Amino acid sequence: MKHRVVNSIGKRVAVALSALSVVVLGIATMPAGAGASSGLTAPTAGMKPATSVGKGEGSLNLIAWEGYAQPQWVTPFTKATGCVVHAKYAGSSGEMVSLMANGGGGQYDLVSASGDADLRLIYGGSVKPVNMKLVPASNQFRPFLKAPSFNTISGVHYGVSLQFGPNVLLYSTKTFPKAPTSWSVLYSKKYKGKITVPNNPIQIADAALYLMKAQPSLGITDPYELTQTQFKATVALLKAQKPLIAKYWNLASDEINLFQSKTVVAGAAWPYQTNTLQANKVAVADTIPSEGATGWADSWLLATKAPHPNCAYKWMQWVSTPTVQAEQAISFGETPANSRACAIMNKMSAGSCAGYHADQPDSYFKSIKFWKTPLSTCDNGKNNCVPYSEWTNAWTQITG
Amino acid sequence: MRRRFARAGLWLWVWGVLFFLFAPIATIVLFGFDKSNVETWPIQHWTFSWYSVAWHDPQVRSAFALSLKAAVAATIVALVLGSMAAFGVHRARFFGRDSISLLLILPLALPGIITGVALNSAFQWAGITLSIWTIIVGHTTFCIVVIYNNVIARLRRTSNTLLEASADLGATGAQTLRFVTLPTIATALVSGALLAFALSFDEVIVTTFTAGAQNTLPIWIFGAIRLGQQLPEVNVVVTMVVILMFVPILVAARLTGSENFAPRVAAPQPPK
Amino acid sequence: MLSPPLLWFLVIYLSSLVLMLITSLWSINGFTSQIDHHLTGQNFSQIVSGAYPSIIGRTVLLAVLVTLTDAVVAFPFAYVMARVATQSTQRILLGAVLLPLWASYLAKVYAWISILEKGGALNWTFSRLGLPDPNLGFTNGAMWIAFSYIWLPYMIVPIYGALERIPSSLLDASADLGASAWNTFRRVILPLALPGLAAGSIFTFSLTLGDYVTPLLIGGSNSTLIGNAIYENLLTGGNLPLAAALSAVPIGVMVIYLGLAKRLGAFEAL
Repeated sequence: MKHRVVNSIGKRVAVALSALSVVVLGIATMPAGAGASSGLTAPTAGMKPATSVGKGEGSLNLIAWEGYAQPQWVTPFTKATGCVVHAKYAGSSGEMVSLMANGGGGQYDLVSASGDADLRLIYGGSVKPVNMKLVPASNQFRPFLKAPSFNTISGVHYGVSLQFGPNVLLYSTKTFPKAPTSWSVLYSKKYKGKITVPNNPIQIADAALYLMKAQPSLGITDPYELTQTQFKATVALLKAQKPLIAKYWNLASDEINLFQSKTVVAGAAWPYQTNTLQANKVAVADTIPSEGATGWADSWLLATKAPHPNCAYKWMQWVSTPTVQAEQAISFGETPANSRACAIMNKMSAGSCAGYHADQPDSYFKSIKFWKTPLSTCDNGKNNCVPYSEWTNAWTQITG
Repeated sequence: MRRRFARAGLWLWVWGVLFFLFAPIATIVLFGFDKSNVETWPIQHWTFSWYSVAWHDPQVRSAFALSLKAAVAATIVALVLGSMAAFGVHRARFFGRDSISLLLILPLALPGIITGVALNSAFQWAGITLSIWTIIVGHTTFCIVVIYNNVIARLRRTSNTLLEASADLGATGAQTLRFVTLPTIATALVSGALLAFALSFDEVIVTTFTAGAQNTLPIWIFGAIRLGQQLPEVNVVVTMVVILMFVPILVAARLTGSENFAPRVAAPQPPK
Repeated sequence: MLSPPLLWFLVIYLSSLVLMLITSLWSINGFTSQIDHHLTGQNFSQIVSGAYPSIIGRTVLLAVLVTLTDAVVAFPFAYVMARVATQSTQRILLGAVLLPLWASYLAKVYAWISILEKGGALNWTFSRLGLPDPNLGFTNGAMWIAFSYIWLPYMIVPIYGALERIPSSLLDASADLGASAWNTFRRVILPLALPGLAAGSIFTFSLTLGDYVTPLLIGGSNSTLIGNAIYENLLTGGNLPLAAALSAVPIGVMVIYLGLAKRLGAFEAL
């Protein structure tokens, strides 16, 4: 018994080991890192996009942010196209990139990625070119969202723009009868233990944005492109902020809890939290302070191995229409990409167009510093910036 | 007198633990009736409407069905593999036995995220499409140790002489298994299976990376609590699952607790 | 007997895991964020510096605390179940232990948030009783309570299993030979319950060691555990080598834990 066991294990180990070397290569080339650096080309850039949309395949698999596939617009979509929608909600941009590895694995058709994941997906070969002619409503998009740099590379589109929004300063109106005008409240000892910020390395950019104005001598021009010195100063600011933090929030519902229970009085938030809290009669409001704000811009990107391409195109067509854009904008508290959504928003809920900034000129969009993956190349070829992996490591050092 | 105090103390402890176990469950049930999706205590406005929302939610139904199927399958496979491992380790005396125990425990001890991502990239590499089968594989991997631990703890308390006696009396291997071994470990198998089933039914992290486009119930719940709009619905779903599981659990508890189910083969047996 | 389960582990789990761990000896290129295949120890020197030692220490300490808490809470309960209660009460108690397992983990953690936070049920009850606010929400104390709660059934069931198998005649013999109740407990019951205790502690200890969702939900600003650090480096930062090096920590801790348990005789022949 004893010897047989040992021998058979031995044999199997040998077999497993011989398979090992092959697998190592497979894993090593897994799109683990950002993979995006200038000089790289998107592996799928040469793929010919579809020229027409055929009959739906009856099914559509999405990776989405929670709230991006609500029954309000999914049910009529399924009725109209016969495509049954399966949505899987991701917890972070990193999770999205991981789930989309290997072109979506032949599982997923579309992903509603934010700007900080887009380039990783494109340069990782996980998404492929989209024929914008097949998405006619994209002509109604705001000009800067027709071919933005986060989803369009050298004129090749990898997805359609969806919605965008700012990261706002949420505050208790009991503590602040007047809206704070600077992000400095988040770094002020006065509110020790009553502050919350997102548990996300990209939050370093928020601090860098604040330092752009607060410490001009650092010479920060882009909060996502930081030299070692600028990065160190930003991290030092965040380390000094840590004792003031009640909790680094992870889910939107966390932050809602924190404000509702009066554990915190100020924090960085999405407009969604403000809406939900106000709807529940909690005395809060939000503002974009004088330093400006960071923000997100989301797109639906098409998986390289999308198993239901026709349903995927039908979905992109559907979510780009003014009505669906308006529905999602109000439901989540974002600004729609389609410029015609404004009038419909006001019909659905009076004043919501202005409330979600859908009536603002392009300069408003330009005032928001949208999430993007920090690269060592600085986007300007200087090669002296701190890459995202170091941001993550620094964030663990700050919050740990 | 002291004895009576000791007894009273023990029962007081039992009531305390029961309170600890069920206070959060009661909270979950109560917040299922909360009209507001922002939880505040005490509840201001009560409603039954979340029950109809949850009942008519097709996502909840399909997620529940998938979780049930995956957990049953993973438990069965783990029962077979886990008890085999326990018997193997218990009987064999070879170098490296310690490392086998460690090996089996790894999927529990390592953050689920590691198991999840490792399995995900292995499936990707092998060209295996994620489906209910990959969920079952993932869950089995961490359920084996639950069965293994329960069975081996039982085996250590059982004397080998029983098996030898059975063989000496002319029983075939199958007969010994059927009439001696299985009755000895039966209750360990039932309680191990219950824990394994619960672990699988409730697993979120490994499942995220092995599940493909389908959602299990915990994955649906994680999605629903992120924004918090459906918090009361989550509470309602959990309440319904607990009610639904009430009878099966009592039956299983009866099996595990019952003296008749596993005849106490071990007559007074000196500790080794 | 051993081959099928080991084969399962080797082929499905270990091979993918080993591959991942190998990457801990590689690094990622600071400029391209691509994996650099040259052997290096830099990931391991990184995890013994900066915030990582305190993260690791916090995680292990919490896992030990949760295990001790569960052992202390579970033992008398399991003892009553196995040796004091009548058969029908025994069944009811076992059902009561198992039932909470079916209330989703996430929902239970959320329930603890609404109990412990400011304005939660606990503060509310305390203020009714004229006591000061405990304000436990979003602290490491909250994590300790939530973990101890969630893994408690995994401790009770194995201890109960061990105690239930002790033949009454042994206890009678001990009493007949003049041992006090305490001596019987210490010399007879406890040693015989030890394998069950060990089996339970493996669950409570290792499940706490690897968790990252509870700290996300109920932890405060000082609640990062190893699992969170791994999650961040692996999924957010794409630094697979560092995440792999970090995941060697729970493996090492489990080796030590099993070694200690073995030395204490908890596993008899394990």
